[in-house]
Amino acid sequence: MNIKQWSMEPLGDSALLITPRMDSGEHASMHTVISRLIARLEACREWLGYSEYVPAYASVALHYEPWRIFRSRTREEGAHASIFETVAARVRRVLKDSGPYNENLQPERRECVEIPVCYGGQHGPDLEEAASHAGIAPEKLVAIHSSASYLVHMIGFAPGFPYLGGMPQEIAVPRRATPRQLVPAGSVGIGGSQTGVYPVATPGGWQLIGKTPIKLFRPDMSRPSLLQAGDIVRFKPISEKEFYEIDTQM
Amino acid sequence: MSILIIKPGLFATVQDSGRFGYQRHGVVVGGSADPAAARAANILVGNDENMALLELTWAGAELEAERDYVVAICGGNMEPLLDGEVCPMWRPFLMRAGSRLLFRKAISGYRSYVAIAGGIDVPLVLDSRSTYARAGIGGFQGRALMAGDRLRALPLDEGTRGERLMAQLHSGGFATTWHAGHFAAVSRDITVVRAMEGAHFGMLKEASRRLLLDSVFRVGVQSDRMGCRLEGERLELDGSQELLSEAVTAGTVQLPSGGKPIVLLADRQTTGGYARILSVATVDIPVFAQLMPGAKLRFVLISHREAEELLLESERDFNLLKAAVGLKIREGVQVGL
Repeated sequence: MNIKQWSMEPLGDSALLITPRMDSGEHASMHTVISRLIARLEACREWLGYSEYVPAYASVALHYEPWRIFRSRTREEGAHASIFETVAARVRRVLKDSGPYNENLQPERRECVEIPVCYGGQHGPDLEEAASHAGIAPEKLVAIHSSASYLVHMIGFAPGFPYLGGMPQEIAVPRRATPRQLVPAGSVGIGGSQTGVYPVATPGGWQLIGKTPIKLFRPDMSRPSLLQAGDIVRFKPISEKEFYEIDTQM
Repeated sequence: MSILIIKPGLFATVQDSGRFGYQRHGVVVGGSADPAAARAANILVGNDENMALLELTWAGAELEAERDYVVAICGGNMEPLLDGEVCPMWRPFLMRAGSRLLFRKAISGYRSYVAIAGGIDVPLVLDSRSTYARAGIGGFQGRALMAGDRLRALPLDEGTRGERLMAQLHSGGFATTWHAGHFAAVSRDITVVRAMEGAHFGMLKEASRRLLLDSVFRVGVQSDRMGCRLEGERLELDGSQELLSEAVTAGTVQLPSGGKPIVLLADRQTTGGYARILSVATVDIPVFAQLMPGAKLRFVLISHREAEELLLESERDFNLLKAAVGLKIREGVQVGL
């Protein structure tokens, strides 16, 4: 990988955060660097000995069990001042050994996922208000929202909840003054300059402009989040009739 | 033939050691809020440490056995009564068919763990039996327990520790003479919690840094399995640097803009965007799980290295307990209790 500097800091006593220090001459986007880092970590999982990783906008956390790392230390690693240092040294070696990023190691997975959305009406009770905030007609807001491509930066906040980047700023609207006690699962909302989909019913303060009948959180599947960091999302407007057709199939 | 929930008390759920491997899907780890007490309870009844058990909160739970079970209660002391008689904690005992176990009110701690030999039989969801109520998955039908719910235990295979214990307790005595009382947390007027500096400790104003380490905080009433909200002196960050959301973990102490710290516990979200001012040492997370709303605490700084050492030491303690319990159960077979 062509990143010169990686910072490694403890996150509590059982995890560490890996953060690329990008210099101004760096051409790859932060997102590309993170997804390459993940590919590297996955390829060396056994040797690194971590239990799971959690990617975010600009860092990746490795969670590990200190006891397991302690017991798997080599004689050389036994000289390390701490277990954290052993994990950090292993990560550094993985990043250094691999040299420049090898495209054949693991191709960057970038799926394009289309999410059908029934905008407005009972499914998007705030569409009119959001449109009037933005100073445009509701149809125009829908057209703008559904014509953009969004990058999934990370999954967090709730199971399967995507932090999306790329919303056109002309449809940015403030959050609701009073958050709703319960936003139904599948609701599509705008909050400030962000848009997203609520995979499960939670309290929430975003303006709800529509709803998708598809499930973003699927606890019966080994990959429970429909979306993964790095995916591209597009929203496709559907009618209420289509909404119920898809809903029944699900 | 099951354990019948007569009353769930304040809040009762089925938990195990947690749902690992799915945090990058936004799925919380969950599991027992006090992992140490849950682990001890499972070891005492001869279970694997990650088996599902009951987590009870504060007061008022009542259970009825519909057949004989080997049970151990660890964690907060809610003065449990077995058919009206004082019931031992931190040691396995026989709960006979038809008997009732009543949890009065916590006199120390806040959460009790009830392990049943065999472990509670609820379906595995994403590799775990712990209840994740927000997503409606895991545990008993994805929710907190209610009066009338019936929980089954997994069968006790022949030759297992649980099966031997059952035979021994049937042949005499009602509880074992041995126990793990030394694992019980000692309650104090002001609990001292060991923590490391968090990544953003340096972003605190000088005065706030002193307040964080010198003043006494109280556990807020809005605390739950997600996090412990602390009431006390208002803490301030120097400047208002926007932080990008990234991973958090159990024990992470976040500081939202209101200035009141939150200590993240079992049901924490996988990522967060607030300043991380401290990290509670993993060995002291059980301490937080056992603090009742209103309880007083203060932080003391330790190094990352010390936190690691404490963690290894606690692993050794649990391995010793496991070995000792195994030995006691084997001895019981040879010489009788």
